[in-house]
Amino acid sequence: MKQSIFTIIENAALTRDVWRMRLRGDTSAITAAGQFVNIQLDGLFLRRPISVCDCEGDVLTLIYKVVGKGTAQMAKMSAGETLDVLTGLGNGYDLSCAGEHPLLIGGGVGVPPLYMLAKQLRARGLRVSVILGFNTESEIFCREDFAALGCDVTVTTVDGSYGTKGFVTDAMGADYSYFYTCGPEPMLKAVYRASKTSGQMSFEERMGCGFGACMGCSCKTLTGNKRICKEGPVMRKEEIIWED
Amino acid sequence: MGRLSVNLLGIELDNPVIPASGTFGYGYEFAELYDINVLGTFSFKGTTREARFGNPTPRIAECSAGMINAVGLQNPGVDAVISHELPLLKKCFNKKVMANVSGFSVEDYAYVCERLDAEEQVGWLEVNVSCPNVHGGGMSFGTSPEAAAEVVRAVKAVTKKPVIVKLSPNVTDVVAIAKACEAAGADGISLINTLLGMRVDIRRRRPVIANKMGGFSGPAIFPVAVRMVYQVSHAVKIPVIGMGGVASAEDVIEMMMAGATAVEIGAQNLIDPYACKKIIEDLPRVMDEYKIENLKDIIGVIE
Repeated sequence: MKQSIFTIIENAALTRDVWRMRLRGDTSAITAAGQFVNIQLDGLFLRRPISVCDCEGDVLTLIYKVVGKGTAQMAKMSAGETLDVLTGLGNGYDLSCAGEHPLLIGGGVGVPPLYMLAKQLRARGLRVSVILGFNTESEIFCREDFAALGCDVTVTTVDGSYGTKGFVTDAMGADYSYFYTCGPEPMLKAVYRASKTSGQMSFEERMGCGFGACMGCSCKTLTGNKRICKEGPVMRKEEIIWED
Repeated sequence: MGRLSVNLLGIELDNPVIPASGTFGYGYEFAELYDINVLGTFSFKGTTREARFGNPTPRIAECSAGMINAVGLQNPGVDAVISHELPLLKKCFNKKVMANVSGFSVEDYAYVCERLDAEEQVGWLEVNVSCPNVHGGGMSFGTSPEAAAEVVRAVKAVTKKPVIVKLSPNVTDVVAIAKACEAAGADGISLINTLLGMRVDIRRRRPVIANKMGGFSGPAIFPVAVRMVYQVSHAVKIPVIGMGGVASAEDVIEMMMAGATAVEIGAQNLIDPYACKKIIEDLPRVMDEYKIENLKDIIGVIE
């Protein structure tokens, strides 16, 4: 973990309420795809945890959805402004289990952390399939970015306005060696049930600190109690306990 | 002795800054960030007889200038604290640590305190009779003078180390409870624990926190804390540790002027992991600004 000041170099809307922010700063603590950062915002007490979409040199890319006060404030910021950011939080995805043909499944604002993962898996020369699930065509983002990496991309929309009609699980099939997923919990649960292989899933929880101090985001797993922010957010399929 | 040093119940602290229980784990995770030996000491995560997972999530809610937590005393239990956490701490902290203890019965408190009293690195026992987040325990002992005194007597009977009782602000008369603890043999008082609070998600029409209510902390509660530290420290003869919303070197000085011998810092650690280190580094400059030669000179200067 590292605390440092980042300077915004770009902050642009991708859809009605999803934004991409690119920042320049010390990214040395970011060691894995699937990690997150925790951002301090003026006038708000708790930091805001946002998953890392990409990290290249000293440029950090975040894609976030405006869901409350913090993200609304982020969306109003402009290039040149600075943010106090804790970086290198969480465990991130373990690439060593991917096999020959990993499948990446993202739902809505769960899509961004899969981008850096896809990039790393492609760099290893693997065939990577990606399923991106959205409610409707106007909410789609990042599709071209995954395609540009050379991933085989399928988009699903709940209303059928683009791509395959239905949920991500309707496009999963059986041709993959391992899966990685991030998205809303009902989607994770559906993927868990539909999946034919082992895999890793990234979870969300309301956090206090984001670095393991407050025990605010704990969950039970088959391998013991875990803090989503510290031993997570990525869990292995085999250790997950679903609570109703 | 430096100008920041204070004596807390027979143990000299390099400075009065103490990360509060529940915001600093068992210390070693912060040791990855900085040398935690710069601290006066710290109070480790509230420890109970048995391991506890705590409350369901969400356990955290944001407030103006603060937060609500309803963690519910998640901890690995006293056996694992002694066998696993304290050995890890020993590797990165060479000072005495404050052991924070909670329980669900008088016997629980006595048992856990007796076990931790035997640990060499433990310098003080901070007995939490004020956790708002567990039912049938914690705060129920701290809301009546008789119940608090009973816990103190039971703990004092089985321990040799100084016993500090951590009090709740969620009471009608905090002075009466502090006096009852003093009369029962408590060596010190720490306060305030969190204020019982609640937030509602107006979109979903339900409490933000799964447990509905939780403990409100952060800068918003600082004036309440200063007031209670002032009242209690002027009513008892034993030392008082002040806490509640402390976020800066100025706050530390204010708390000490109100009557605190040492100062715990809680929620601020969660938003700035370097908070305590920064406050310690900032104290000499702020002391110069207010013409304070030695911190111990200002304890309770407010009449």
